Amino acid sequence: MSLKYEDVIAKYEPVLGLEVHVELGTASKMFCGCNTIFGAEPNTQTCPVCLGLPGALPVVNEKAIEYTIMIGLALNCSIAPFSRFARKNYFYPDMPKNFQTSQYDEPICINGFLDVEIDTDEGIKKFRVEIERVHMEEDTGKSLHMGGATGRIHGADYSLLDYNRAGIPLVEIVTKIVPGTGKYAPEVARAYVAELRDILRSLNVSDVKMEQGSLRCDANVSLRLIGSDVLGTRSETKNVNSLRSVERAVRGEMIRHAELLNKGERVVQETRHFQEDTGLTRSGRSKEQAEDYRYFPEPDLVPIVPDATWIETLRAALPEKPSTHRKRLQEAWSVPDKEMASMINADVLEIVEATVNLGADPAKARGWWLGEIARIANEKDVTAADLPITPKDVAEIVALVAAGELTDKLARQVIEAVIAGEGRPSEVIETRGIKVVSDDGALMAAIEKAIAAQPEVAEKVRGGNLPAAGALIGAVMKETEGQADAAKVRELLLKHLGQ
Amino acid sequence: MIIKRNAADMAAALASGETTSVALTQAHLDRIAEVDKEVHAFLHVDSEGALAQAALADKKRAAGEKLSPLAGIPLALKDVMVQKGIPTTCGSKMLEGWRPPYDSTVVSKLRAADVVILGKTNMDEFAMGSSTENSAYGPTHNPWDLSRIPGGSGGGSSASLAAFEAPLAIGTDTGGSIRQPAAVTGTVGVKPTYGGVSRYGLVAFSSSLDQAGPCARTVLDAALLHEVIAGHDPKDSTSINAPVPAIVAAAKNGNVKGLKIGVIKELQGEGYQAGVLNRFNESLELLAGLGAEIVEVSCPYFEYALAAYYLIAPSECSSNLARFDAMRYGIRVGDASGVSAEEVMNLTREVGFGREVKRRIILGTYALSSGYYDAYYGSAQKVRTLIKQDFDNAFLKADVLVSPTAPTTAFKIGEKADDPIAMYLNDIATIPVNMAGICGMSLPSGLAEEDNLPTGFQIMAPAMKDDRLYNVGAALEAALLSKWGAPILSHVSGLGARA
Repeated sequence: MSLKYEDVIAKYEPVLGLEVHVELGTASKMFCGCNTIFGAEPNTQTCPVCLGLPGALPVVNEKAIEYTIMIGLALNCSIAPFSRFARKNYFYPDMPKNFQTSQYDEPICINGFLDVEIDTDEGIKKFRVEIERVHMEEDTGKSLHMGGATGRIHGADYSLLDYNRAGIPLVEIVTKIVPGTGKYAPEVARAYVAELRDILRSLNVSDVKMEQGSLRCDANVSLRLIGSDVLGTRSETKNVNSLRSVERAVRGEMIRHAELLNKGERVVQETRHFQEDTGLTRSGRSKEQAEDYRYFPEPDLVPIVPDATWIETLRAALPEKPSTHRKRLQEAWSVPDKEMASMINADVLEIVEATVNLGADPAKARGWWLGEIARIANEKDVTAADLPITPKDVAEIVALVAAGELTDKLARQVIEAVIAGEGRPSEVIETRGIKVVSDDGALMAAIEKAIAAQPEVAEKVRGGNLPAAGALIGAVMKETEGQADAAKVRELLLKHLGQ
Repeated sequence: MIIKRNAADMAAALASGETTSVALTQAHLDRIAEVDKEVHAFLHVDSEGALAQAALADKKRAAGEKLSPLAGIPLALKDVMVQKGIPTTCGSKMLEGWRPPYDSTVVSKLRAADVVILGKTNMDEFAMGSSTENSAYGPTHNPWDLSRIPGGSGGGSSASLAAFEAPLAIGTDTGGSIRQPAAVTGTVGVKPTYGGVSRYGLVAFSSSLDQAGPCARTVLDAALLHEVIAGHDPKDSTSINAPVPAIVAAAKNGNVKGLKIGVIKELQGEGYQAGVLNRFNESLELLAGLGAEIVEVSCPYFEYALAAYYLIAPSECSSNLARFDAMRYGIRVGDASGVSAEEVMNLTREVGFGREVKRRIILGTYALSSGYYDAYYGSAQKVRTLIKQDFDNAFLKADVLVSPTAPTTAFKIGEKADDPIAMYLNDIATIPVNMAGICGMSLPSGLAEEDNLPTGFQIMAPAMKDDRLYNVGAALEAALLSKWGAPILSHVSGLGARA
């Protein structure tokens, strides 16, 4: 039986540190002109530079610098007037040069912050996460270990190397240590990554898809006794590829650390891998002995000295902050805090907005995405955004309901069918022959039938017991296979029974 | 014999129709077949490719196309420069059998100028050495005395000129690898300003010091070749984006009247062979006689240049050579079921690298290690700055600086093989130029009386003032020629019987 979270936070204070890697959405790689299309045939997006062939030289992608500066500005960082690339030397088969061109002691953006809000029992709480640095580097290739049971290097028969990813521009965003989050550490970690993701998306610098690895989070967690100012030993959890996982990973590590500490054991400084299925982490590389990467300034590249007016131009062109944008939406839609928070939590705000932009009523759009669609997403254990239903589909359904051409009940059927891949709403309605029965004659026939089947109920209604009408309405709905407008049925039924 | 002419004269013969490029190329291929068993200047001769290029040049000429001044002239390419489809080994076992899939920028420029590439020349492994004895494929022999070294690392290129196997060659100079071989073979070699010639496709030894340049038998020939290969290259971030100085015009000018020539106090005296100093002083007198003003300058930090060089160059090489890991190209040793990638890397590097290369990788790895970085790499970079300052100060007093190129004439093969420090001292006068990124030339200054072997006179000019080298070089060359009555290479004795 593992330790209860309440017991962990009663005794320890968590200290967070978050490192986020973002693949920039540039058309070409960091140091060469190769394409960066996700999922291309292995080794088709390579050249002498990103394969690290002898003699090849890197040239910095200027767009990547622009994007990184934009990120730094959006995170309230200072942009270094002079920064450099450095070589991080280590051997690995999927590293073409056996050094990674990165930034070390002279990163391009430093000292920023990001404010995040979380919804708690005590209301909305604000936390400031300080950013230490934002720097550029290149991604490595990918190793695929074949033949083993686990897909890991141990036990594999052979490995395949795909260098398409080698040289994709990466930006690493590193926070300073984040103390003071207390029991909210997991939520703060999640909110930070979510907010960061929204900022990156608004800047249009990355497609920020955690499941495809274009946004990757390493969560560093340590615990210290409440009141102590000595930092505990941290673990670094990798492979955290959803917002929910960020929260689970931090909570899981807090409990694991606390259990060790309570038993008088020590926490090992190491990399841990998050397991989506169990929500637990598994031990990876030990970092007890610091690796010596023998960093030194990259002699093949010249220092980055961005023009001050260029920086100001980029600053002036920054889009509206996601937090400001949210406030604006909340006002426009007149949504209470709680409901706003649940949209953010369910990660549907952007889709709701898109649906509203297509003409749907905000309350209705919110209702569908947070209700029926969220329910199906939950069942399938994915996010609403991942379901094959679009804001356009939902806007169309909302419009049909408003026009009286669908009932809510029918609309739910249409949504299910769209998600099941039966086509767009109009196609589903067409093929399934869904339509609201509003023809009085057809409805009256069904009403007569219901009264005939339950004469005693009809008598009650005639006698003034209106709630009893529900049973008859239900029967009519059943008879019409849900295609009748329930309000209309009620109206006709009551009139027919003299009420 | 046409092969004994200068490139400029060969070009005139092609232009006048006296001969064709195919005939000229065939004459050189014949010469290679005749003497290269003894000289071993070439690691690969591309007869077929060379004749095809020659035929193309002839065809263009016959069609009346406008051709570059060196169109149709044969050239020998140092094996550190990649040429598409042609074996490139860098004198190392590691790259045995590798055929690069791309052209270096220098090769692209040579092709565009219709220069005929005869083949690849021998060198110290990965350009590490001063004698060409470190080649995995056996040493090159000095045509002046086959028992002696031709200098290094580019001994193959210089020897091919002195043996009349080629009228032009490409070398690379990291600490003197163009100039010292030129000095000991009685030929001309120029290390251009760092960034003056693209490094794209030059297999890196030490990226911040490496520079490709022309090797020839006359100052004008060197200038003609320099002009073909120089200029900004967007594929090399360190390449200078500015017009190339008017070097050919300077080589045709040769006027030192009123010019201030600074003699570097620290680059003479102890450790310099008497005959080398005598020829140096005679050249100074000739220059003074032509109206130059000779002044003495002091560069006190040159004392530390060699030590600093042997920290910076190995540090960069330890990182540059990390890519030779048996994963993507070159040899692979020990690849068998159950052997890990890391073991294969280790076994391959053990077999693939020679002693000097290993020595420098280990030295550089150590110098960059955490805890040693500041004391070694960091201090060496400071020395580098001081050497630059020494040059800056000296160039306030003189337009060019001069010294003997190498402290001695060619030594016997094997004589210094077991004494790395003695070997390193060969480059004591050439290294400061690389450390400061400026340009330097070596041209023959006569034969030392002790051994009747060639000595070299070094001219140094500020960055992007390469034209000054050619102006002063041409003046001295003309004065020496009129003094000697015949070019120095008419005395080449090692191959005397057949020459």
